[in-house]
Amino acid sequence: MIEVEHLSKKFGNFTAVNDISFSVKQGEMFALLGPNGAGKSTTIKMLTTLLKPTSGNLTLNGHSVTKNQDATRKSFGIVFQDPTLDNDLTAYENMQLHAVMYKVPSREIKHRIQELLTLVELWERRNSLVKTFSGGMKRRLEIARGLLHHPVVLFLDEPTLGLDTQTRNLLWNYVSNLAKEKEMTILFTTHYLEEAEANASRIAIIDHGKLIAIDTADKLKTLTHTKTLEQAYLKLTGKDLRDEAVDPHEAWRSRVRARNMR
Amino acid sequence: MKVIYILWLRQIKRYVRSKSRIVGAIGQPLLFLLALGYGLGSVYKAAGQGNYLEFLVPGIMAQTVLFSAMFYGAMIVFDRQFGFLKETLVAPVSRFKIMIGGALGGATTAVIQGLLVFVISLALGFRPHDWLRLPIALLFMIALAVAIASFSSGIGSFVEDMQGFQAINQFLVFPLYFLSGALYPLDHVPTWLRIIAEVNPISYTVDAMRWAVVGTTKFGLLHDVIALSLTIVVLLVFGAIRFRHIEA
Ligand SMILES: Nc1ncnc2c1ncn2[C@@H]1O[C@H](COP(=O)(O)OP(=O)(O)O)[C@@H](O)[C@H]1O
Ligand SMILES: [Mg+2]
Repeated sequence: MIEVEHLSKKFGNFTAVNDISFSVKQGEMFALLGPNGAGKSTTIKMLTTLLKPTSGNLTLNGHSVTKNQDATRKSFGIVFQDPTLDNDLTAYENMQLHAVMYKVPSREIKHRIQELLTLVELWERRNSLVKTFSGGMKRRLEIARGLLHHPVVLFLDEPTLGLDTQTRNLLWNYVSNLAKEKEMTILFTTHYLEEAEANASRIAIIDHGKLIAIDTADKLKTLTHTKTLEQAYLKLTGKDLRDEAVDPHEAWRSRVRARNMR
Repeated sequence: MKVIYILWLRQIKRYVRSKSRIVGAIGQPLLFLLALGYGLGSVYKAAGQGNYLEFLVPGIMAQTVLFSAMFYGAMIVFDRQFGFLKETLVAPVSRFKIMIGGALGGATTAVIQGLLVFVISLALGFRPHDWLRLPIALLFMIALAVAIASFSSGIGSFVEDMQGFQAINQFLVFPLYFLSGALYPLDHVPTWLRIIAEVNPISYTVDAMRWAVVGTTKFGLLHDVIALSLTIVVLLVFGAIRFRHIEA
């Protein structure tokens, strides 16, 4: 369903993604795991037609991502890491706009919006302008919007960042159901190792733009002779996800993000 | 069609909700009408040119439509800054529909602003030459608004920030506006200035508005209509092509 072959991306002479290859089967839940600045978002941006790869081939749902952008866009849905809501519209209006752009059938729109806004506990606030929402509420709305249409492939870039445990569990339940029932292919990135372990059939660990390992959580543990995914991760990257050394540029970006989340 | 409609509606909703934008965009033309209308009116009359308010109102209406429609491009810059642009750019919708939906929304708000200015002029004592020509004035305003909103979406799709956008406004749109004959007649200016005025599409719009609102024309209605039609086509094509290469 997703084929990534020798993918690289350079910004000037900085290599953000360095010769990555992997493939994801239909109905699979696949996790990209890696520290800040590893190149996860950049990879997703290239897969979703927002960035042109410097080199490599990308295929999504049988379409070449770079050559057939329109067909590719019809195949996927995405929840971005950074906010992409219209703050001057209400929650409902943001959902509606998305539904129309993604051609959700008219008679299903209302029903689906209600189902999803209820799921993320925003139905009561559906007619409030998004600019009056807290960071967590915006994040929840963003996820609900991403789930509104039922694409063949769904990308989730750090979807649960900044959400409480209860909401995180609700979301992962909903998402894994989509994978099972609709055979939806899901590629997500996360900072929470336990989320990757609990939900992903396979995990790709990337660091400094390079693919370090790719396997099931169990195999990764066996491979590294460790008991937990955290230890395996530590052994593979030499870093702890929780207190990693971030480069200054990325640290700045995270601060900006944190501010936007507020 | 539904996509174009919903993107149009988005612009309308944002406009109606932004009181400051409405007030701000009315304030500038009002200032022009008052300061110039009363300030220069007597000079104009003394020079034997007649009623300055009559000369000025169609120009200020065109000015309002022009700069309000230009503002639509700034909305694209904001959409990029606030991330919403990504939401539209990954959607399975052609770039052309995205551009047209938004530009028509921006054009609609620009025409509303122009009509508000007309109402203000009425309050200031202005009376149109022939009320029956008003629908034609509306058509001209729509044409100008669509052309400029397309142009500004083209600009908004490649400038990186508001400074870049303002630079285009300052160095291209303002000069063209001041050389359009909207505020003062350009009959007695040096030849090179007159040549610029005569290849300037804004001049023809202003002239067309003047024909519709006060019944006078310099280039002749036919020339105005031809120039305005050409302008729409060229700027629509420009906007569509530039927008196709937009990046988030
Ligand atoms: N537009 C860009 N221009 C320059 N550098 C960028 C750009 N986008 C990302 N980078 C850099 O590329 C690296 C990977 O970024 P990203 O893919 O966002 O990492 P991740 O999502 O894994 O945290 C980072 O060092 C980041 O600073
Ligand atoms: Mg990221």
